[in-house]
Amino acid sequence: MSITPTNNYMNKKINIKINGKKYLVETGQTILNVARANNIFIPSLCYHPDLHVKANCRVCVVEIKGQRRLSTACSTQVAPGMEIFTDSAKVKTARDTNLELIFASHREKCSDCTLQYECSLLSLAKRYKIKANNFKDRKNNYLTYKFDKSVEIDGSQCIDCQNCVDVCKNVQKIGYLEVQGKGSDRKIIPTNNKKIDCIYCGQCTSHCPVASAQEQSQSLEVENILRDKKDKTVIAIFAPSTRMTIGEDFALPYGQDNSPKMIGALKKLGFDQVMDVNFSADTTTLVEATELLERLSSPRGVLPLLTSCCPAWVKYLEFYRPDLIPNLTTSRSPHIQLGGIIKTYWAKEKKIKPENIVVVSIMPCTAKKFEITRSELKIGKNYPVDYVLTVRELVYLIKKNKIDFKKVAVEKSDNLINDGSSAGLIFGASGGVMESALRTASYVLNSSAKNKLRTSRLEFKEVRGQAGVKEAQVTLSGKKLRVAVVNGIGNVKPVLKNIKKYDYIEVMSCPGACLGGGGQPIPVSREIVSKRTAGIYQVDKTSKLRTAHDNPSAVKIIEWLKDKKLDHEVLHTHYSKKTRK
Amino acid sequence: MNIIDKIKQAGLIGRGGAGFPTHLKWQAVKDAHSKIKYLVINGAEGEPGVYKDKYILVNHLDELAQGVKLAADCISITKIYFYLNPKYFDEYKKNITSSFNKVGLKGKFELFKKPSKAGYIGGEESTILNIIEGEILEPRLKPPFPTECGLWGQPTLINNIETLYNVSLVNKGKYKNNRFYSVNVNFKNKGVYELSSELTIAEVLKKTGNYPEYKFFVQVGGDAAGEVLNDKQLDQKVSGAGSITIFDFKKHNPEKLVKFWFDFFADNSCGQCTPCREGTYRLREMFNETKSVAKLLNNNKLSEIIENLNLTPFCALGSSIPMAISSYLKNVYNPNK
Repeated sequence: MSITPTNNYMNKKINIKINGKKYLVETGQTILNVARANNIFIPSLCYHPDLHVKANCRVCVVEIKGQRRLSTACSTQVAPGMEIFTDSAKVKTARDTNLELIFASHREKCSDCTLQYECSLLSLAKRYKIKANNFKDRKNNYLTYKFDKSVEIDGSQCIDCQNCVDVCKNVQKIGYLEVQGKGSDRKIIPTNNKKIDCIYCGQCTSHCPVASAQEQSQSLEVENILRDKKDKTVIAIFAPSTRMTIGEDFALPYGQDNSPKMIGALKKLGFDQVMDVNFSADTTTLVEATELLERLSSPRGVLPLLTSCCPAWVKYLEFYRPDLIPNLTTSRSPHIQLGGIIKTYWAKEKKIKPENIVVVSIMPCTAKKFEITRSELKIGKNYPVDYVLTVRELVYLIKKNKIDFKKVAVEKSDNLINDGSSAGLIFGASGGVMESALRTASYVLNSSAKNKLRTSRLEFKEVRGQAGVKEAQVTLSGKKLRVAVVNGIGNVKPVLKNIKKYDYIEVMSCPGACLGGGGQPIPVSREIVSKRTAGIYQVDKTSKLRTAHDNPSAVKIIEWLKDKKLDHEVLHTHYSKKTRK
Repeated sequence: MNIIDKIKQAGLIGRGGAGFPTHLKWQAVKDAHSKIKYLVINGAEGEPGVYKDKYILVNHLDELAQGVKLAADCISITKIYFYLNPKYFDEYKKNITSSFNKVGLKGKFELFKKPSKAGYIGGEESTILNIIEGEILEPRLKPPFPTECGLWGQPTLINNIETLYNVSLVNKGKYKNNRFYSVNVNFKNKGVYELSSELTIAEVLKKTGNYPEYKFFVQVGGDAAGEVLNDKQLDQKVSGAGSITIFDFKKHNPEKLVKFWFDFFADNSCGQCTPCREGTYRLREMFNETKSVAKLLNNNKLSEIIENLNLTPFCALGSSIPMAISSYLKNVYNPNK
């Protein structure tokens, strides 16, 4: 158990000095926070604003006047009259030694590493010109643990900061990862407890400072397909949240919608077509809202209805609470629906054989890599989606191929399948799936109600925001609907305990939902997720198309699938109890 | 006068090595607002060369039990954990239980065997809390201190066996400012002696009849983390956990000694922080490359790693690692010998 320094309730202002300069600061803050707020750089690896202060990497050491030993800035609070030096000779030597020692416990495969542009260790090593070869790599024979097709932890890269263990145990409350061994024999390993299994959320990957925990990368496989397509048509589809975050890796502002540039970059990489998963978020909404209304009106309808867009949540339910499988919506997740639509409707229109289409999904998620391998999703012989790349993997390909994202020619997506509504876009935020479904359910109920003057409701702000659990009672055309939104799987247990209280529950495994997804750019924190979220609702606010049911193409394609009796295969799925392999 | 005042007046300090005033710890736990409070008796005795806890268990168990009872009553302790070195556990389990029952602690205490793999770091007080809770074997970040947030987040008093034994003496007015000295020759224990804590190293050796006639040097305060002093430096008090280990200057093998220290720390690091986990690993690796102290001194990484262990470890045990090697090189080692 480690404990984060508590905030001093007094918030008194005190004088301190950093590197000889005076600062008037509030008490109760750590030296690191004060320094960063004043643009003084202090390096850190194990520090993460959302996790316990662990102070184990010892890279953020500073010298405090009057103290012989150095202190870690992350764990030491400022005190009146404190004189701090962040760059004294003593600090430099100790910091560089610790970085060098850490680097020697991290096997360098930087030149091939997907995360070389987001690695804190590599950037510090460059900044301080750390020599990598003073010591032998000591972890060369450490094992790599692969968690199905989603995430892997390469022990030979691990620097023992324990962020992965912390986020898995204390934020996600899964506890799949454990520290084993002592001293230099320490390893991070999956627990032996067979009652616990990984849900593939990938929060370990987005909280790892050195890419020891990372997605099982398929970026090079995809690159090879693009180089040598043979008779294949290669299509990229991109998730709602990804356009809102990709810019961060190219020094663009938080919360900016970069769809046109993203499409441009994907085309430049060689994709034949690019399509927007916002579209199939709309079809998902139409399927799910219909199911919700059916279940509500049928005496035998299983309630509450649970969302299924998040594959980590689905895995959680199948493993930990298989008794609730009947509550899950049968609707497939948006990118699986789009993959299916591409390989049926679009293939027919374009006269391309579905087996000659390769669908590559750009996702904020590591669990999607597992989801696409579920055999129950197959349509005939074909999987709807062939590859999933995280946003980070796409960034890697863009940078590796020297595409200037800021200047790339903007492009439009395919015209047969439109870009969807902003109700689809907000699928990326916590509460977004719920809100989109409520917009459509509200419309359906109102249009069947006698009073045509009542307008259907558009905004459901009570389900937005970063709270762990959001509850609301929504009145739709006189009907009361009790809803809950779980923002982060670590908050799910109390809601499942009182499940009878609700009619409809959205669960997203990552804090901040897909905008905080395990496959998103690094760094990520609650603060960053809030900025991403503000951006997505800003786009929604000014959008011309804010409801799924107003997307004519979505309605048309669902009708087409029903007509061809493909709706079940393309839009619906089923689930089964899972045990640990 | 209450017991805390008596302790204060007697000037008791912790005998685990850190030397913190005992009355302050007691007062802090007493003043802490909580219905649940724990007492942990630290009987880890993980520092090589120190045998005083065992000596007390053999010779003064009833006094120890009385000291524990005083603490339990004074601070309204909910439950006592007696955390004990596994080597002593089975042998003294019965006696401890009956002594503790005798003073009225029946049902209030639990004997907790220190895991054998816990080693040296398993004696650090916040690490003990983690071990009892079943958490990772590593020290906790301070603050908060165990006195406000200890076992399962409750105020916890952690005292060494010797400290609690002293408390019972203080209560009876029998405390004479003595302490226990473990005197060893070449790692072999010659005996444990209860003598004034004001004595110098030389005086302890003379009084106990252990002052060598040959040219010698000593390691004081533990065979691992203790300071190495030559025979001209013995006019000072005994530090740390009160051990004095005598080495024959001519017969000693510098390589064997350095290897012992480096192996000990590499094997006993918990692995939590970089300077200790990686530093002790690299010290051992560097030594094993040549197995020569003289050649080790040519390695320019040696001083960097040692200085880093002085300045940046997470816990006090980590920053005590360089003491033995640094003081040995400074006070004793002669490359031309």
